[in-house]
Amino acid sequence: MIDVLYFAWVRERIGLPRERVETGATTVAGLVEELRAREERYAAAFADTSALRVALDQELADFDAPLAGVREVAFFPPMTGG
Amino acid sequence: MRVRVQAEAFDQGAEVSAFTTGATGAGAVVTFTGIVRPDGGLTGMEIEHYPGMTEKAITAILEQAVQRWSLVDGLVIHRHGRLAPGEPIMMVATAAPHRADAFAAAEFLMDYLKSRAPFWKKESRDGGETWVAAKDADEDALKRW
Repeated sequence: MIDVLYFAWVRERIGLPRERVETGATTVAGLVEELRAREERYAAAFADTSALRVALDQELADFDAPLAGVREVAFFPPMTGG
Repeated sequence: MRVRVQAEAFDQGAEVSAFTTGATGAGAVVTFTGIVRPDGGLTGMEIEHYPGMTEKAITAILEQAVQRWSLVDGLVIHRHGRLAPGEPIMMVATAAPHRADAFAAAEFLMDYLKSRAPFWKKESRDGGETWVAAKDADEDALKRW
């Protein structure tokens, strides 16, 4: 089980801020494929991953990064701080 | 070095004063304050963040600044939640023996906070709410460092 968090419009599109996910995926991209296949709202949120960023255990990562040992995955749009 | 992520407003004057007093050995203090720009009929702004990662990401950025420049001290305060036009969103302060390091480190912190600290801004106008899109220029700004 892995905690999956969503922020900003990704959270709004999916309709929840976080959930526990049972996954067989070995990479972030694999997890995205599983989520996309779930429901239309997930497919809409993950339609274009170039518009998304991912963090693994609160560190920015790439979509081809492995999920082994990861407890928390977060998906969000490019950040707009400052 | 201090990082504060908070919903509450902060008193810029008091922060700068306390920071300057504590920056023993500094010959220069540079501060920057970001304000909710009251343009285009903006009625408010909501800032979402990623509790836990936000503090870690800003601390990592501040640590990089300390390694690159000769800093005596550094401070980042960033708000989240609901803000009104004209309200301060965030501030950075850097203290160094000489001004060049203090200015450069402050600019570096600002550039990195823009696109590497997990905050997302949503603007409210009469017509509704829209998420602020990240600008290519903000990403490009990182290349100069």
